[in-house]
Amino acid sequence: MSARRTIDVSHLPTYAFRHRALTWYATWSMILMEGTMLVVFLISYFFLRTRVTNWPPGVMKPPDLLWGTVNLGIILVSAIPNQFAKKASEKLDLRGVRLWMIVTFLFAIAFSVVRIFEFAALNCRWDDNAYGSIVWANMVFHTTHLLTDVADTIVLIILMFVGPIEGKRFVDVSENCIYWDFVVVMWLMVYAVIYIGPRLT
Amino acid sequence: MSIIATKLCAHRSSIFCCLLLAACCSLLSGCAGVQSAVDPAGPQAGSISGLWWLMLYTLSAVFVIVICFVLVAAFRRRRPLSGESADGPDTRPEAEQERRMSRTVIAGVALTILILFVLLVSSYLTGRKIYSAGYSAQGALMIEVTGHQWWWDVRYNDPSPSRMVTTANEIHIPVGRAVVFRLTSADVIHSFWIPNLHGKMDLIPGHYTNIWIKADRAGTYRGQCAEFCGYQHAHMAFTVVVEPEEQYRAWYESQLRSAPQPSTPQQARGQEVFLSSPCIMCHRVQGTDAGGRAGPDLTHIGTRPTLGAGTVENTRGNLAGWVIDPQKIKPGIRMPPNNLEPQDLQALLDYLQSLK
Amino acid sequence: MSGAAAPLRNDEALVDAIVDEREALEKTWNDPPGFLGWLMSTNHKRVGKRFITTAFVFFILGGILAVLMRVQLARPENNFLGPDLYNQIFTMHGTTMMFLFAVPMMEAMAVYLVPLMVGTRSIAFPRLNAFGYWVYLFGGTMIYVAFILNVGPDAGWFSYVPLSGPDYSPGKRVDFWAQLITFTEVSALVVSTELITTIFKLRAPGMSLNRIPLYVWSILVTSFMIFFAMPTVALASVSLMMDRLVGTHFFNPAEGGDPILWQHLFWFFGHPEVYIIFIPATGFVSTIIPTFVRRPAFGYTALVLSLISTGFIGFGLWVHHMFAVGLPRMGESFFTAATMMIVIPSGIQIFCWIATIWGGRPIFKTPFIFVLGFFFTFVLGGMTGVMQASIPVDLQVHDTYFVVAHFHYVLIGGSVFPLFGALYYWMPKFTGRMLSERLGKINFWLMFIGFNLTFFPMHQLGLKGMTRRVYTYPAEMGWADMNLAATAGGVLLTLGVLVFIINFFRSVRSGELAGDNPWNAGTLEWATSSPPPVYNFLRLPTVAGRDTLWTQPDDQPEVVGLRSDVRQVLVTKMLDAEPDHIEEFPTPTIWPLLAALATTLLFIASIFTPWAVVWGSIPVAVALIGWFWPRKRQADERPPEDIKEKVGEEKAIRLMEETP
Ligand code: HEA
Ligand code: HEA
Ligand code: CUA
Ligand SMILES: [Cu+2]
Repeated sequence: MSARRTIDVSHLPTYAFRHRALTWYATWSMILMEGTMLVVFLISYFFLRTRVTNWPPGVMKPPDLLWGTVNLGIILVSAIPNQFAKKASEKLDLRGVRLWMIVTFLFAIAFSVVRIFEFAALNCRWDDNAYGSIVWANMVFHTTHLLTDVADTIVLIILMFVGPIEGKRFVDVSENCIYWDFVVVMWLMVYAVIYIGPRLT
Repeated sequence: MSIIATKLCAHRSSIFCCLLLAACCSLLSGCAGVQSAVDPAGPQAGSISGLWWLMLYTLSAVFVIVICFVLVAAFRRRRPLSGESADGPDTRPEAEQERRMSRTVIAGVALTILILFVLLVSSYLTGRKIYSAGYSAQGALMIEVTGHQWWWDVRYNDPSPSRMVTTANEIHIPVGRAVVFRLTSADVIHSFWIPNLHGKMDLIPGHYTNIWIKADRAGTYRGQCAEFCGYQHAHMAFTVVVEPEEQYRAWYESQLRSAPQPSTPQQARGQEVFLSSPCIMCHRVQGTDAGGRAGPDLTHIGTRPTLGAGTVENTRGNLAGWVIDPQKIKPGIRMPPNNLEPQDLQALLDYLQSLK
Repeated sequence: MSGAAAPLRNDEALVDAIVDEREALEKTWNDPPGFLGWLMSTNHKRVGKRFITTAFVFFILGGILAVLMRVQLARPENNFLGPDLYNQIFTMHGTTMMFLFAVPMMEAMAVYLVPLMVGTRSIAFPRLNAFGYWVYLFGGTMIYVAFILNVGPDAGWFSYVPLSGPDYSPGKRVDFWAQLITFTEVSALVVSTELITTIFKLRAPGMSLNRIPLYVWSILVTSFMIFFAMPTVALASVSLMMDRLVGTHFFNPAEGGDPILWQHLFWFFGHPEVYIIFIPATGFVSTIIPTFVRRPAFGYTALVLSLISTGFIGFGLWVHHMFAVGLPRMGESFFTAATMMIVIPSGIQIFCWIATIWGGRPIFKTPFIFVLGFFFTFVLGGMTGVMQASIPVDLQVHDTYFVVAHFHYVLIGGSVFPLFGALYYWMPKFTGRMLSERLGKINFWLMFIGFNLTFFPMHQLGLKGMTRRVYTYPAEMGWADMNLAATAGGVLLTLGVLVFIINFFRSVRSGELAGDNPWNAGTLEWATSSPPPVYNFLRLPTVAGRDTLWTQPDDQPEVVGLRSDVRQVLVTKMLDAEPDHIEEFPTPTIWPLLAALATTLLFIASIFTPWAVVWGSIPVAVALIGWFWPRKRQADERPPEDIKEKVGEEKAIRLMEETP
C-alpha cells in the first residue's frame, strides 16, 4: 500500500446551526409532511364546501369569532419571544434561552387554555355533518401539533436548567423555535379558513 | 429497420421477435362475444374499439422497435478491444459514438412526443364523439338505473307516470334509438358496463351520472358491475336485449301491464303463500299488495332470463333452490332463506312462473 | 484541505496502526452483545438486512395469497374459496404487496446501501431507523394476525367508501386496514427523513450533487415523493377511521360528505405510490447496467432530470384512476395529457439505458439478464399504461383484468425484476458470498416465462369482459382457458422464486467468496470489504468523479481525524460535500423498540376506542423522552466558527461548560 494523501478533519466543529445541522433536516421534514397534511385538510374543507349550497349547511352558524381571534393575537405575539429564544440559542446565550423559552411557553399555555373555549364556541359538533367533521378535524389537527410542541418545549426547558448544557442543546432549541413558527403559520391558515372562510360567502 | 433485421438474424433473435408478434396477434383474435369490448354493437363502443386498434397497432410497433433496439444493443458484434483494458471499465467512451447515440436518443424522444401527440388528439376526438354524440334529449329513451348490493333496479322514465316501467337486472332497448342512462346507487359504488355498447360509468350514492348509448345491432348482450361492491360483486350482471323498435314496443307494453291474476287454483294458492310470507317486505308485484322496494320488482319475473342478477338461469329448479335458500346460490346476499312446505313451494313456483 | 502525505515510517507500523484502528472502531460501533443487544441495534446494515428479510417474507406471504387466488380462478364456478375468503385474500394480497413488500423493500435496500454508496459510517438518525423498522414489523404482524383471526380487510387495497364505511363494512376488518396504513406511513416517513438527511449531509468529501450515484438520486426523489404522498393517505385513513369510530361524516353523502373525496385523497397518494415503487427500481437498473456493460451510464444528467420530472409529474395524474367516475370532461382530458407526459421521462430513461448498453461491452451475468427481462416487461406494461391514459379506452378496460395485467407488468416487470437483479448484484456485498450463476439463470427463465404466461392472457381476459375482483365467473363466458394458463404461469413463477430462495441458502452455506468488488463496479459500496465492517469504512473515502472506483487516481485522499473511540460521523455541505462538521452519533438503545411498542399499543387500541389516542400517548411520550434524553457526549466540543465570531471562542466554550 502506498502512502495515501489524507484530509484531516479533526479540527472541525462538533455542532452547527440551521441548515448545517442534521436536525434541521429532520425539523423541515416534519414541517414538509405536516404541512402537506394541513394543506390537504384545507383542500378537503373546500371540496366538501362545494357539495352543499349553504356553508355552514342549514341553520348552523359559523364559529364565534371571539376566542379564535384572541388566540390569533396570542400566537402572533408569541412569535416575538420565540424569535428572541432562537437568536439567543444561536449565540449560546443560556440566560436568554431560558428566559425567552419560558415566555414563549407561557404564551403557548395561554393559547392552549383559550383553545378549550374555542372548541366550545365552534357552533358545531364533529358528528353533525361533514362540515362539522372537517372543522373539528382541522382544529384537532392543529391542537395536536400545539400540544406536541408544548411537550417538546417543556422537556427542553427542563434540560436547559438541569444540564448537561452542550452546544447541541442550543441547536435543539433553535429547531424547536422553527417548529413553533410553523405552528404559528398553521394557525394563520386554519384561522383564515375556519373562521373567516364561512363568513365570506 | 432492415439493418436491424439483418443484425437480428445474425443473432437468432428473430425467432424471439416472431414469438413476440405472435403474442401481440393473439390479442387480435377471438374477441367476439356477448361481453366483449372489441366486438362493438353500437357507435360508442365502435369508436372506442377503433381507437383501441389504433393504439394497439401503434404501440405494438413501438414496443417491437424498442425491444429490437435492446436486443441489438445487447447482442451486436463488437470490435474486440486491445489487450489489457478488455474487461476493465471503459471510462472514456469514444466521442464520435457518444455523439451518434445522443442524436439517436434525441430523435427517439422527439418521435415519442410525436406519437403521444397523435394518440392524445385521437383520444380527445373519440372522447368528444362518445360523450355528446349530438343526440337531442327529445327522442332519447331515458332509463334510470339504481345499483343495489347486488342487483340492478331499472326504471323507464315517461312523461306520464302511469307509463313508467320498472324492471330488474334486464334492460330492453330499441335498435337505433339513443338511450340515456341516468345512474345512481342506493348503497355503495357500482359500475354500469355493457362492453359491446360502451365503456363503464360508476353509480355513486349521492351523485347522478349519465351515459349515452345507441345500439346498431340487435342481439342479447351481457352487462356486469365493474366496481367492487362487496361479497357478491361477482354476481351482479344484467341482460341487455337490443331489439327492433316494434318488438321493443311490444315488450314495453307487456311490462306496463300489472301481474296477471292467478289462472289455476295452484297459482291462486301460490299467490296466497306469496302474499302471506315475508317476501312482500322487499318485493313488489304490481297489482297486488306486495309493494316492497328493497329487492327486485317481481311483476314479470316469469319472463326474466336469469335469477340473482345473472347468477343462475331462470328455471323452475333454480327458482325453487333460490326461494328456499338463496344463500347457497349467492352467499352473503340480503335475501333470507324461506322455510316452505313442499306443496306450498310448488304452488309458489307455479305462481311466480305465471308472472309474465 | 488537501493534506500532506501520511507520516508513517514503515509498513509494519502502518499495519499495526491499521489493526489498532480497526479494533477500536469495531468496539465503538458494535452493538452490545446478546439478544438484548440485538434488539437495541441501530446499525444501518443490521437494520437494513432485517428490513429486507421481513419485506421478502411479506412478498412470499403475498405470493402465497396470489397463488390461492389463482387456484380459485383456474376453473369457472370453482368452490375452493368462497366470496368472503376471496375478498379478504385479494385485499390482503394487494395490501401486502404494496404496503408491506414493495415500498418497504425499496426503503430497506436504501437503508442498507445509501450510507455505503455515499461513503459514510452510518445512516442519519440511526435510532429513528430502528424505530421505523419496528413499527413496520409490528404493523405487518398486526394485519396478518387480524387476517388469521378472520378479521382481515376485505374492501380492496384502495378500500373505496361507502363500501368500507361504517354502514357496509361493520366489524373491525376495515379498521385494521386503515390502521395498517398508519403504521406503514409512519415507517415510510421516518425512513425518508433519514435517507434525505443522509444523502444531503453525510456524503463523502468531494461527492458533489452532480457526482451522486444514480441509485442515490432515485432514492432522493423517492423520499421526497413519500413526503408529499404519504400524509395524504394518512389523512384519508384517519378520516375513514373517524367516520367508522366517532361518527364523523367525511364520506357520508347523506350528511354532506362525499365518497369521491376518498378517491381523490387515495389516488393523490396512490399514483405517486406506484412511482415510489418504480423509481428505486430505475435506480437499480441505472446501477446494474453500467457495471455489466463496462462503461459509465449514458446521459447522467438526462437520467437525473427524468427522475426529478417523474417525481413532479407523478403528482398530477391521479384522476386517471377515476375516469369512470363521471368527473367534468375538460378536467379529465387534462389528466390524459399529463399521463401521456409522464411517458416522456420514462422513455428518456429507457433510451439512455439502451444507449449505455449499445456503447458498452455486456457481460451476461444474472443481474444484467434480469435487467434485460425488465426492458421487455416494463415497456409492455408502459404501453398498456398509455392505452389506459386515453379516457375512451380506459372506460372499457378500467376495473377489468386488462388493468390487472398492466399493473403486474409494471410492478413485477418494472420493479420486481430489477429488484431480483439487485439482490443478485448486491448479495455478495450483504453476505460476502456469490450466488450461483447457473441457478440464477434458471431462476430468471422460470420467472420470466412464468410471469408472461400468468399475466399476458389477462389483457385479453379484460377485453373479453372479465372484471377484476370477482371470486368466480360463469363457465359460458369463455374465460376458463386463459385463466387456467394464468394459473399455470403462476406455478412457474412460484418455482422461480423458490429457486431464488434455494440459491440464497446454498450461497450462504457454501457460496464462492466474493471479495471486495466481485463485479469490478464503480460505486463506493464496493470500496470496503464484503460484508462491510460495522463502521463501513476504515477511513472515509473521498470522491473526485462519478463512478469513483473507476475514475479515481491511485492516491485519492482519505479522511483522517475522526475519532475511533467515539461514534463520530463527518457531516458535509449539501451542494459540494465539503467537510463541514463532525457529529457524534447516538449509541444503541432499547428506546426505539419501546417507542415502537408504545406506538403499536396506541394504534391498535385506537381501533377499539378513540380514547386510546389520549391515554395511549402517555407511554409514547415516556418512550420518546427516554429516547431523546441526552447523555453527555464523549468527545470534546468545538463550537462552529460563526459562533466563535459572534461570542468569542473563550466565551463559547465556557458557556457550554456552565452547569447549574
Ligand atoms: C410500478 C408501478 C407502475 C408504473 C411504473 C406505472 C406506469 C404507468 N401507468 Fe400504471 N398503474 C399501476 C402501477 C404502475 N403504473 C397500478 C398498481 C395501477 C392500478 C391500481 C389499481 O387500480 O389497483 C395502475 C393503473 C394505471 C391506470 C388506471 C387504469 C384504471 O384503473 O383504469 C392508468 C391510466 O392512465 C395507468 C397509466 C400508466 C402510465 C401511462 C404509466 C407510464 O408511467 C408508463 C411509461 C412507460 C412507457 C410508456 C414505456 C417506456 C417508454 C418508451 C419506450 C418510449 C416510447 C413510448 C411511446 C411512444 C408510447 N396506470
Ligand atoms: C408489487 C406488487 C405485486 C406483486 C409482486 C404481485 C404478484 C402477483 N399477483 Fe398481484 N396484485 C397486486 C400487486 C402485486 N401482485 C395488487 C396491488 C393487486 C390489486 C389488489 C386489489 O384489487 O385490491 C393485485 C391483484 C392480483 C390479482 C387480481 C385479483 C382480483 O382482482 O380478483 C391477481 C390474479 O391473478 C394477482 C396475481 C398475482 C400473482 C400470481 C403474483 C405472483 O407474481 C406472485 C409470485 C410470488 C410468489 C408465488 C411467492 C413465492 C412463494 C413461494 C416460494 C412459496 C413457497 C415457499 C414457502 C412455503 C416457504 N394479483
Ligand atoms: Cu356492484 Cu360490483
Ligand atoms: Cu396511476
